[in-house]
Amino acid sequence: MDLTLWTYEGPPHVGAMRIAASMRGVHYVLHAPQGDTYADLLFTMIERRGQRPPVTYTTFQARDLGGDTAELVKRHVREAVERFQPDALLVGESCTAELIQDQPGALASGMGLGLPIVSLELPAYSKKENWGAAETLYQLVRGLLRQQPADPASHNPQAWKEQQRRPRVNLLGPSLLGFRCRDDVVEIRKLLDRHGIEVSVVMPLDASVRDVMRLPEADVNVCLYPEIAESTCNWLERTFGQPCTRTVPIGIGATSDFLTELHTLLGLEPPDANEGARQSRLPWYSESVDSTYLTGKRVFIFGDGTHVLAAARIASQELGFKVVGLGTYSREMARPVRAKAKELGLEALISDDYLAVEAAMAEVVPELVLGTQMERHSAKRLGIPCAVISTPMHVQDVPARYSPQMGWEGANVIFDTWVHPLMMGLEEHLIGMFRHDFEFVDGHQSHLGHLGGLQAAQPEPLTADLATTNDSELQANTTLSWTADGEAELKKIPFFVRGKVRRNTETFAREQGRQHIDSETLYDAKAHFSA
Amino acid sequence: MSANLLKETGPREVFCGLTSIVWLHRRMPDAFFLVVGSRTCAHLIQSAAGVMIFAEPRFGTAILSERDLAGLADAHDELKRVVRDLLARRPEIRTLFLVGSCPSEVIKLDLARASEQLNEELQGRVRVVNYSGSGIETTFTQGEDGALSALVPMLPSGTERQLLLVGTLADAVEDRLITLFKRLGIDSIRSFPPRQSTDLPAVGPGTQVLLCQPFLSDTSRRLRDRGAEILNAPYPLGAEGSRRWMEAAAKAWGIDDARISATLDPLMERAALALEPHRQTLAGKRIFLLPESQLELPLARFLQRECGMELVEVGTPYLNRDLMRSELELLPDGTRVMEGQHVEQQLDRVREARPDLVVCGMGLANPLEAEGIPTKWSIELVFSPIHGIDQAGELAELFSRPLHRHQLLAAGRQP
Repeated sequence: MDLTLWTYEGPPHVGAMRIAASMRGVHYVLHAPQGDTYADLLFTMIERRGQRPPVTYTTFQARDLGGDTAELVKRHVREAVERFQPDALLVGESCTAELIQDQPGALASGMGLGLPIVSLELPAYSKKENWGAAETLYQLVRGLLRQQPADPASHNPQAWKEQQRRPRVNLLGPSLLGFRCRDDVVEIRKLLDRHGIEVSVVMPLDASVRDVMRLPEADVNVCLYPEIAESTCNWLERTFGQPCTRTVPIGIGATSDFLTELHTLLGLEPPDANEGARQSRLPWYSESVDSTYLTGKRVFIFGDGTHVLAAARIASQELGFKVVGLGTYSREMARPVRAKAKELGLEALISDDYLAVEAAMAEVVPELVLGTQMERHSAKRLGIPCAVISTPMHVQDVPARYSPQMGWEGANVIFDTWVHPLMMGLEEHLIGMFRHDFEFVDGHQSHLGHLGGLQAAQPEPLTADLATTNDSELQANTTLSWTADGEAELKKIPFFVRGKVRRNTETFAREQGRQHIDSETLYDAKAHFSA
Repeated sequence: MSANLLKETGPREVFCGLTSIVWLHRRMPDAFFLVVGSRTCAHLIQSAAGVMIFAEPRFGTAILSERDLAGLADAHDELKRVVRDLLARRPEIRTLFLVGSCPSEVIKLDLARASEQLNEELQGRVRVVNYSGSGIETTFTQGEDGALSALVPMLPSGTERQLLLVGTLADAVEDRLITLFKRLGIDSIRSFPPRQSTDLPAVGPGTQVLLCQPFLSDTSRRLRDRGAEILNAPYPLGAEGSRRWMEAAAKAWGIDDARISATLDPLMERAALALEPHRQTLAGKRIFLLPESQLELPLARFLQRECGMELVEVGTPYLNRDLMRSELELLPDGTRVMEGQHVEQQLDRVREARPDLVVCGMGLANPLEAEGIPTKWSIELVFSPIHGIDQAGELAELFSRPLHRHQLLAAGRQP
């Protein structure tokens, strides 16, 4: 039993709903009590969907438990099939129904309904939403394609050449309640079209049952969101021999790698390595002189696996930031995130406790947070600018404008979204120049005013630097104090770096065994850290 | 009573009782609500409340794991461990509600026993109370009934004559109503739930209860068992309902009509002014209320009698004829009152009737809007200060706003 105050992911049956609601002609009968119908609002309110998710809840009550809940399931299955006339039916249960073991999937299969029925077993007490979505997609694809003849050895991803047609691929993984999936699909279609590659089926978003049947016709599968589509891609590879791309095209480097990977699989000449620099503004904007101030910005990254891996690469290699924290709530993606963190000299935080994430954030005192909506709130409390890069979805994450994360336009969107919360280089310079003018209000930040009360009102936390000091005995015995002269000198430093200078100076003083920090200590520390 | 009382069963589209934690925890800032349930419960509460803005909320879920279900861990011991950790972290908490859920009810986790043991262990430092907010037993606002009825046995006994206002009200509304009761000449007034969970009012034969909310069946029964008298009145929604509600108390206190009129007539006149512009928008319009908050009957009565709306159908999750007696009497003859729900058939009727406004849950609102049918979310009604004569205008505005908005946007679409 674990205490949870807030959760990044819903239960696994919500993942199943995401698959059903993304598709056309698929209905989901969910054996669940009435309260579970709350999940509809995730689609109708957060995504502003104008249709109800295609879900029939059995809404059994306590008084039904003594009687025949199996009959209740059958009645709802029958009514749902009559009313909605789906092309395929998903049948499953939520956490409570799992306990009463009616096996709704088996019941529905025995009703002779004459349509494909996929029985879902999603263990609600050990798994979560993304796992449930992945499992549902996998069970649905497998269930519908099981009868198709398959010979994995005979699949040739370059057969398009002989057949004198364009190469074609499936895009797997985009779904409702996935981060910017709607726009990513448009962007990836554009990208592939530019290279003469046809998109056959997008799955699950807007896919029909007929589309599922056409999945094996593609030369290669593109796995866009491994959390949702990896198991399905693996099964398609094993069963039909279709290879699958593993690079998620978020960021310039990754999009370029993705194109190379896909072209190689299809037997095409890989595109020009400079395509990104021509098609996206991110590379030049990042090189331009105003961006010099981005150098070494300390960034803390937390979210789902796919987006934090991409963010870590973009931050460190394309924007010149320094990644000071990296973590995910996606346990299924813990391994690659750990590896990425190690590569950056960090230890990954794998946790679904938002308070632990906030504590980790506070400890490393980043200058920018890339996280979920929850990290946005935590960062706000800590007075740190933040950009949202990952689910869980919030109504703000479904913008009216075109706003992909993937491909060349996605890189443009990312540049703007991550850099705007920070102060622009020229502004930073000007504020430094004019800060002694009487008009200047200390704590001013030009456009977003992100600095919360904490930074101004409270002394800087010392914890981050304590951790980096090796001599623990020294720490324990040394109490630091700032002299008036030291404080005065510190005040001359622009406020937005003052906290950092204070911490560095204190670390230095501790290392040196000094107890009083005067202006000289400050200059010594400055020299020490620039050396 | 001559409303046309109907019943249906089938798939329902309503919240469970856990949802009421969203307003209860705000009412009592020294209480913590610990749901013993699943990830679904945790996700439900955070989704229904849209909560992401808190530092550390005063509600949470002890999520059952496979170990608890397989009996590898003793669920009672586990729960006690979670409670100890929680209270160590939140020393300001004075009352802890252990809230049963669908899974905890199905596996028959004995929260009453757990509460008893924890109360012994905590020796009065924190009071532990339990109730069920499970969806297999409760609908939406019934969760508040569960929480309050679990507190009734804790109320001290007292024979003093007092007016007890029962049911959560917005603080400002409560203050206003108390001021008005005092103006009428009723001086001893208490509220339940109180603003501090430890500040429990006494109850006994001198207590006369006005229910502020229509969903408090168990609570009112238990208060009656403690000797309190439940005053029969419509609920304080709209000017007329609020006036009759206050009059019920005034009459029980033997306050003369002249004083009642002198106090309330000016308020009624002001309310009529406040209602008038909304009445102009709403009069003659047809409204369909889907079941959810249990406020549907009093709202229908208000919208029909004071705003001139036509009632197509009034849904209600369940019908307690005793508590709704005064409301049913005020509905026009033949009003379709539908108890229970078959959401698909009900939506068929909505589409067929093409009402001007539908009151429904958040899962249904945008889909109906997309079909061109204006809606009002029922959850907003339990979060807004709508009680009392002074709030009648605001209450009407909640219904006229969607219609007004549709008019504005329709005008904007003209070439």
